[in-house]
Amino acid sequence: MSISLLDPVSALEIIVPVSLLGGVLGLDMVGFPQIMISRPIISATLAGAFLGAPSAGLLIGAVLELIALETLPFGASRYAEWGSAGTVGGAVFALQPPAAPGGLPVAVLAALAAALLSSRSMVILRRAIGRFAMARRDAINAGSERDITAIQVWGLGMDVLRGALVTALALAVFLPLSQLLVAHWRGDVIHSRAFVIAIAATVAAGAVWKIFHTTQKTAWYFLAGLVCGAGVLFSSS
Amino acid sequence: MSPPAVPTAASRTTAAAPPATVNVSWWARVATFVRLFAVQGAWNYEILMGNGISFCLAPLLRALPPERRKAALARHSTYFNAHPYLASIAVGALARAELDGEDPAKIERFRTALCGPLGSVGDQLVWAGWLPACSIVALGAFGLGASPLVTVCIFLGAYNVGHIALRAWGLQAGLARGMRVAPVLATPVLRQGPPTIAKVAAFLAGIALPLALHRAIGPGRVLAGGVVVAAIAGALVLARVHGRAQGWRIALGVLAAFVLYSVVR
Repeated sequence: MSISLLDPVSALEIIVPVSLLGGVLGLDMVGFPQIMISRPIISATLAGAFLGAPSAGLLIGAVLELIALETLPFGASRYAEWGSAGTVGGAVFALQPPAAPGGLPVAVLAALAAALLSSRSMVILRRAIGRFAMARRDAINAGSERDITAIQVWGLGMDVLRGALVTALALAVFLPLSQLLVAHWRGDVIHSRAFVIAIAATVAAGAVWKIFHTTQKTAWYFLAGLVCGAGVLFSSS
Repeated sequence: MSPPAVPTAASRTTAAAPPATVNVSWWARVATFVRLFAVQGAWNYEILMGNGISFCLAPLLRALPPERRKAALARHSTYFNAHPYLASIAVGALARAELDGEDPAKIERFRTALCGPLGSVGDQLVWAGWLPACSIVALGAFGLGASPLVTVCIFLGAYNVGHIALRAWGLQAGLARGMRVAPVLATPVLRQGPPTIAKVAAFLAGIALPLALHRAIGPGRVLAGGVVVAAIAGALVLARVHGRAQGWRIALGVLAAFVLYSVVR
């Protein structure tokens, strides 16, 4: 897609609809319906498709999914919300020239920065919902279904707004910034791409160990899979 | 001869027959099932998903008289923690207990006892099992050259078959067994599922990760050997700092430094 992201009107035409998408995908992570459209391999692909570049969206989505493998959304722990972050990454990458050496590193950086922002925003939202619920404690203690529903709907609405705001803020910063960074990128495409993939592979390998090391013999299963995977690679190349 | 005992208020309460069991309509079941997808919609640090449990219970409790219904809704709007998918078991069991007119104190103790198992079993089965397994399958499909649409369909299809089945089964099991739902948590899927999924997912990860990296690296493929060595070394470091730092945050810092270097050098 060829547009000037430094032009505020052009940028707004992208930021507004993509932020709505980010809000909906961000809601999926915790609030509703948790069908995992918030995973980066989905959210980045959808954002890329929305901007006319589904393959670019899938590529960065896969890179982000490797990184997101380590995110286990256990209850009250603090974790990245990948719905809005993946949307930001997919949108930023989809808007870069296809062969630009800095396109993927800058887009992954934008997604990870959005993930940091989304992680903080979820803590703020959860505190706000707590205050909203505590203010209705008397009505809830009286068994008011109306207030129970109001708290639930308010929480869901605020979560959509949170995801949309995170996406909008990250896009407002990274759409113009990415164009500047990519234009002044001095590295070549081979090293740039290899560096990003090395980072993603590192986090993914660490995640596989973190998730599965408590189960006996999983290392052997992993090694057996590696042999099969290497076999598929060699036979196809 | 002693006079016949006069019943007191307390003895009347204990001697009274429990209220008759109330049946649940299909419409109430469907409404609750839909609401279960939003059980964490008002998750907060004070009562966690307590409000969501009440929100989901509301359609099932409409069959109760107003006063009993209000008391039940108030009772369930307090602290509650569980895995969101297995919360369906709690919602079904608590609804059955309320509809059967069980003693409120007993229901509260039962409710408290449910939190721990439903949280730990669900976390191991879904967050540390099924979700990463489906991610790995999607990454494998990507590595084998699948199109965006096919990759999305494979991930969402595989994940949600398990997800939706788990929620539906949980609600059904809870409603059927009420306060005798504990044996359900010992079913083979919940007991043996996590280690089995972990082994299968580890095997699939071994296949899928090289394929996904091979496709994603594109023109950087000539440096694949260096990438593999760097990834193994980095993963060993991450394993050492496990619990003290999250990999994606470290990745953000390293990548920011790399972008800065690539632009200003």
